[in-house]
Amino acid sequence: MPSPEQHRLIFRHIDEAGYSNDLACYVRNGGYEVLRKSVLRKPEELIDEVKKSGLRGRGGAGFPCGTKWSLVDRKSGKPIYLVVNADESEPGTFKDRYIIHRDPHQMIEGIMISCFANKVERAYIYIRGEFPEGAKILEKAIAEARSAGFTGPNILGSGYGCEIYVHRGAGAYICGEETGLIESLEGKRPYPRIKPPYFPAVLGLYQCPTIVNNVETLCHVKHIADMGGEAYSRIGTPGNTGTRILCVSGHVRRPGYYEFEVGKVTMGQLLNEVCGGPLPGRTFKAVIPGGSSAKVLRFGERYKGKRKAGAEMVDYDWGVEDIPMDFDSLAMIGSMGGSGGVIVMDDSTSMVEALGNINAFYSHESCGQCTPCREGSLWMKKITARMVHGEARPEDGPLLKSVADQIAGRTICAFGEACAWPTQSFIAKFGDEFKGYAEAKKAPRPDGVPELV
Amino acid sequence: MIQPSSPDMVTVNIDGREIAVPKGTNVIEAARRASVDVPFYCYHPKLTVVGNCRMCLVELGMPAVDPATKAPVMDPATGKQKINWGRGPTIACAANVAPGMHVRTTSPVVKECREGVMEFLLINHPLDCPICDQAGECKLQEQSTGYGRGYSRFVEQKNVKPKRTLLGPRVMLDDERCILCSRCVRFSKEIAGDDVLGFTDRGSYSTLTCYPGKKLENNYSLNTVDICPVGALTSTDFRFKMRVWFLKQTNSIDTESSVGANTVVWSREGAVYRITPRQNDGVNDTWMADSGRVLYKEIRSPGRLASVRVDGSESALDFAVKAAADLLAAGGVAVVGSGRSSVEEQFLTARLAEAAKARSWLVPRVGEGDKLLVSADRNPNVRGALVTGLIAALPSAGLDALGKGIDSGAVRTVVSVGEDLAAAGLSAAQIAKVSVIHMGTHASATSEAARVLFPTLTVFEKNGTFVNQQFRIQRFAKAVPGPVGAADDLVVLARLVAAAGGPVLGADVGSLWPAIAAGVPALAAMNYGNIPDTGLLLDGTPWAGLPYAEGPTLHFKPAAATQEAPRV
Repeated sequence: MPSPEQHRLIFRHIDEAGYSNDLACYVRNGGYEVLRKSVLRKPEELIDEVKKSGLRGRGGAGFPCGTKWSLVDRKSGKPIYLVVNADESEPGTFKDRYIIHRDPHQMIEGIMISCFANKVERAYIYIRGEFPEGAKILEKAIAEARSAGFTGPNILGSGYGCEIYVHRGAGAYICGEETGLIESLEGKRPYPRIKPPYFPAVLGLYQCPTIVNNVETLCHVKHIADMGGEAYSRIGTPGNTGTRILCVSGHVRRPGYYEFEVGKVTMGQLLNEVCGGPLPGRTFKAVIPGGSSAKVLRFGERYKGKRKAGAEMVDYDWGVEDIPMDFDSLAMIGSMGGSGGVIVMDDSTSMVEALGNINAFYSHESCGQCTPCREGSLWMKKITARMVHGEARPEDGPLLKSVADQIAGRTICAFGEACAWPTQSFIAKFGDEFKGYAEAKKAPRPDGVPELV
Repeated sequence: MIQPSSPDMVTVNIDGREIAVPKGTNVIEAARRASVDVPFYCYHPKLTVVGNCRMCLVELGMPAVDPATKAPVMDPATGKQKINWGRGPTIACAANVAPGMHVRTTSPVVKECREGVMEFLLINHPLDCPICDQAGECKLQEQSTGYGRGYSRFVEQKNVKPKRTLLGPRVMLDDERCILCSRCVRFSKEIAGDDVLGFTDRGSYSTLTCYPGKKLENNYSLNTVDICPVGALTSTDFRFKMRVWFLKQTNSIDTESSVGANTVVWSREGAVYRITPRQNDGVNDTWMADSGRVLYKEIRSPGRLASVRVDGSESALDFAVKAAADLLAAGGVAVVGSGRSSVEEQFLTARLAEAAKARSWLVPRVGEGDKLLVSADRNPNVRGALVTGLIAALPSAGLDALGKGIDSGAVRTVVSVGEDLAAAGLSAAQIAKVSVIHMGTHASATSEAARVLFPTLTVFEKNGTFVNQQFRIQRFAKAVPGPVGAADDLVVLARLVAAAGGPVLGADVGSLWPAIAAGVPALAAMNYGNIPDTGLLLDGTPWAGLPYAEGPTLHFKPAAATQEAPRV
């Protein structure tokens, strides 16, 4: 089956010749018209549109955006904050970066519509420390938008006002976790908070109700306000509406970003047709479908079970190539859509070394607050590093799995799962490779295969 | 389900046993009430909950109800309401009880969680218990024995961190032993109000440290040592002096101010090694000031008096009592009592003043209060002097009037019960002009000038009670024997009362208390034995209007008339 065409909603202008990230260009292309119409509507109406749209968060968890907004405590009398999570740190993910660099006003418009809908008068964009250029672009874009009356006091003469501030992180993956982000924004170490009681919707930034949304999610809000929730929900597939940016990296001929209707493209179509298939002379071995913390999929394995198709339950029997790239299907087969970062590994990759690389990342990024993740992530890194450096033991695979099992589900935040899932899935899918690694390590490395660790 | 006894109680089921606990109790405390141990490191009842050690993971469940009808869903197998267990383990420290909540603390999942956390905590821990000062009172030792696997699968290199960091003058840090529970950080910030501790680096390399240019030197710094569950923070005064399992623990009271913080005195073979706070939620919670922890050093400090003297010569006690009786019989007597004396001693001092027809005085000690556990009134027992009738008004004017009496020749003999008259404001000439009968522990201008000198005991060497600023009477007990040659204050006072023609009274707390209960209205129907360990609040209304020196402290608010500015 041929791959469907890309549906570029968010990335419509990203690669357009002559499209620049300044206000004039954005307005020339119809920018801020949606905001102009939105501020004339009732805020509740906009929230309803987002609920109807079925929009799911694009940051990783896929939580319905409308539900998130409806959980906000609006009776406390405290101000409500909107925090834009632009701490795009999940390895393999590079979509928000392009939105910020190439089309910042699209995001600002989305932010302003979301703020208006939720009666937010102050929004913060928390951008990761490694995006200094992005922060500069945003500062400039906000200043432009403010002088044109799109943000700041009395937006477009509506009487409604909202300020946007940019806050730069200091280089920590954990700041992408929403409560860690909030702590960092408050000027503290980004230790994620315990939930309950510190749900951002009730006790978020400065102990006030707070909405934390991903950059891409807020861009979608602009399009939902434009076309209406109903129309938006017809894009994509039921329960997985809209479009989704997939960032493909690794061993394919054409890595890059691609935007498709959610669930309309399969992994096989994406990798083989859109990305041009494996490098010459190679075959695909494994793929991580949603950022490095998602569980790895092994080419050649089959996923069987029952799934909902409309009102009916139907059997499915998929190979990796057959999996639709949507939230529910990937969750159903035991991984996740996550942040949309698709990491492809071919037969030249040693899975032990790849896991060593991932474990090094997570042990470096564990905040150190709670015991299982703090100690477990470094232990797993030490084990894989030892294996890669020539002292692998056959029992290391089961030991790694056991350590990972002691982390997942027992930590304050989802980092515990994020650092445990790669190890759990690598061992589950490639256990033999871990068992035989000591022998494989002694064999000469094939020509042209790069050292990964 | 057992019906809770009051509307503010909630019934929960812990490992199959139902127990009623107050609303707002967390699961750790609820389990404690049911005698079920839920292990933890970072949780502390007096600090905010951070839930970072993950040792207290338990399984929680709630009775199932039909979402539509709210009717209970019954389990046909047991005939009881079905329990919806949570999807995963939950930390007990951050979970408050709810009606009908079910808790599993012994299930395989919980056991496995604890084993996992224990293993993680130990992989980078030095495991050098034989040379660690915390051994014997280490939570890591106790809980790895109770809940760990007993073996290690860790074959990698352990992390290396700073071993001996002096955080302040009294606290030493070993970062390798630290389990990053953040109790000390929270204590410094929340209780001491001196936010100087924090972590640098991240992940397993996180390191506890002081902010650059700052020191942990506030007067509460040693509480961080007390609450450190492992051997990371140790007291520079106590470390490596003695193994804790050799030490005897004796309940005592901090004498440095009228707060009366409850303490434990740790001693072995007649020597005190350290003083730590004892929990009293009405007085000092679980804290005490650093300044109160070094008071034991007076026991063996130079200048300790150890021989009875009459006119400078060593003497037998009987002879000295006779010499004192002669001076008392000659008239013109004044009695200087002490706010540092126990209630029992003050009672006898008052009787002595009566028998010698003398006016009694009290030496005031006022400093600056820290609004926490050191109050402005640095006498531990001024309220006791009021209660026992030793004084009728607060001793705010000091001994000025007594000095005038000496100058005029009306006062010819001064009995000083534990007070240095020179320090209390009398001039050398005034002291030289009178005959001084002195009871004291340490050499002073008064002991030098005394015609009759009785060496007595420090608070660590005797039994008694103090009445703190809340009018709470609290007991202290003898931890170590006094030096040879010194006599119990009660013995000396009782002998003097009798020698001055007063009644024959008991010379120890047990035999004296019946007389106290009979003679002091506020202490009627009490005896030494039935005062609880956390003290007993007396009715202080007869003395309510007095202008006390104290401002607010941790659990004390002064009456409106003398109230200082509220704590910021």
